[in-house]
Amino acid sequence: MTVSIQHRRSANRTLRIVCPNGHLGFAPIKVGSFDIGLTSEPDLVCADSGSCDIGPGPLGEDVSSSPLSWQTHDLEKMLLGARRLGVPMIVGSAGDTGTNSRVDLFVQIIQQLARKHALSKFRLGWFHSEVPKQLIARRMADGESIDGLDGRDALDADTLAATDRVVAVAGVHPYLALLEAGADVIIGGRSSDCAIFAAPAIRAGFPEALSYYYGKVLECASFCAEPYAGKESVLGEITMEDVKVTALLPSQRCTVASVAGHAMYERSNPYYEHFLGGHIDMSDCLYEQYDDRTCRVTGPRFVPAEDLRVKLEGAGKLGERFVGMVGVRDPYTIANIDAVMDWARQQTAEQFGETGYSLHYTVYGRDGVMGALEPLRDRPGHELCIVVQAVAPIAETAREVCMTGLRQMFYARLPQVKGTAGGVAFAFDEVMQASPAFRWTINHTMRVDDPMALFRIGMAEAGV
Amino acid sequence: MTTRRLFDLAKTIRSKNAGVDRITFDVIFATRAEYDAVRRSNALSREAVCRIFGIAPDRITDHVAFDPAMAIKFTIKRAIPSGSPGDADIFGSQQYGPLLDLEIRLEP
Repeated sequence: MTVSIQHRRSANRTLRIVCPNGHLGFAPIKVGSFDIGLTSEPDLVCADSGSCDIGPGPLGEDVSSSPLSWQTHDLEKMLLGARRLGVPMIVGSAGDTGTNSRVDLFVQIIQQLARKHALSKFRLGWFHSEVPKQLIARRMADGESIDGLDGRDALDADTLAATDRVVAVAGVHPYLALLEAGADVIIGGRSSDCAIFAAPAIRAGFPEALSYYYGKVLECASFCAEPYAGKESVLGEITMEDVKVTALLPSQRCTVASVAGHAMYERSNPYYEHFLGGHIDMSDCLYEQYDDRTCRVTGPRFVPAEDLRVKLEGAGKLGERFVGMVGVRDPYTIANIDAVMDWARQQTAEQFGETGYSLHYTVYGRDGVMGALEPLRDRPGHELCIVVQAVAPIAETAREVCMTGLRQMFYARLPQVKGTAGGVAFAFDEVMQASPAFRWTINHTMRVDDPMALFRIGMAEAGV
Repeated sequence: MTTRRLFDLAKTIRSKNAGVDRITFDVIFATRAEYDAVRRSNALSREAVCRIFGIAPDRITDHVAFDPAMAIKFTIKRAIPSGSPGDADIFGSQQYGPLLDLEIRLEP
């Protein structure tokens, strides 16, 4: 059997990257496999920290969904490992959203950690990805179409006006610029996951097709290995001919099935990966078992874009939000739960009117998780939990609407109900303030002449 | 003709966001025989997916048999974007439930 790439480089010219985490901060790195990675001669340590999966709230409110202590934990492990080995460290889409404040937060954490551990001086680079709304408005006024993705219409003025914050998704370009400028540690704003890993490989002279694929396969860390285990490190190696990826947790393996399976993870189509500057076509990728725990991949193609279009992500606030919940056990009430909710909606409308707020009922035990997609919604369980959400411009209105929409379920008038002392059960006879409600207003692309046009890089010294 | 549940034939059955406006489903098999059998059965065809989830054909944006992973993959448009009020599955990760009990007709 071939010697594992964990122990020996597979070619004379290689670039090795350890990736400890597919979403830095969201859950802490498992340090055991990361430490193994640090003994495997990595040339860089890289991780992505962003995701749209957390919903539009964090971007709109400009907060992290990850706790500061977990973000600091992961940055500390990566920083100490990378500085000890003297290799660059790259983190992309800082703080879940990649907004400017999240980049600045991560930069500050790195500077504090460098002082805390008295690390020798190093160069700390970053870039910002936020896009001012006025810039987009000007482009629209000039007749430029901000095209919708995934079936959305082109952006209109009202939707832009309803947006609170916009980030642009960077390609490899700001990372290349910062590596060129000698950065030892890079904190990226919003960027394509694959760019974090592709940039150092492209800079080292590896083919673009393999470099982008390299990023694609590494960005979710141990999600490309089996059996399933999150937050474990993987080691990647790129050569002029192929990409190899190996699992570092001793009980995991990167197999043909796990790596090919990961190619289609959380994407509409398993064959294409788009980013600023082009896409890779993985239709002819060949996956082979290289050693017991390593998969080798060849055959991705790079297709440069004719037009440079940068992806924009934007979130807009809908209002303040309160939530409450009720339980139902009476089979007759369960069978007529729509009438109960209609009654409560009607009572709310009588008090607050038909507009100016929104009221949402989620019926767990019937179709709470899947809504209209639920094939078994005509077969509810023997008890239901109904979550009531109210959204309104000010908190006090949201509270009152929620309380009305909740408590009126208790008073719903069903013609043949036997229980006449209350139609629902309260675990809490109260409504609770939740985070404000946001929506994804922008999932679009905008043409740019220069791939750096929307990104601003900075550099400082850190350490002592 | 015998039937078996998709649960017993597939190695992985999952759903997940594909961006903020879509949910994608992956059904992955451990062996070529199981992969081929389910494809032949049409139990996960476009028409079957529409029937299972009660959706119109234009809600399906992609439907692929992905040989390298021995997987059937399809993607549907969300009714509302992920995380908007009323969306109860921000990650899209619990939409695959109805697939587990699908009865797959096996050719002798």
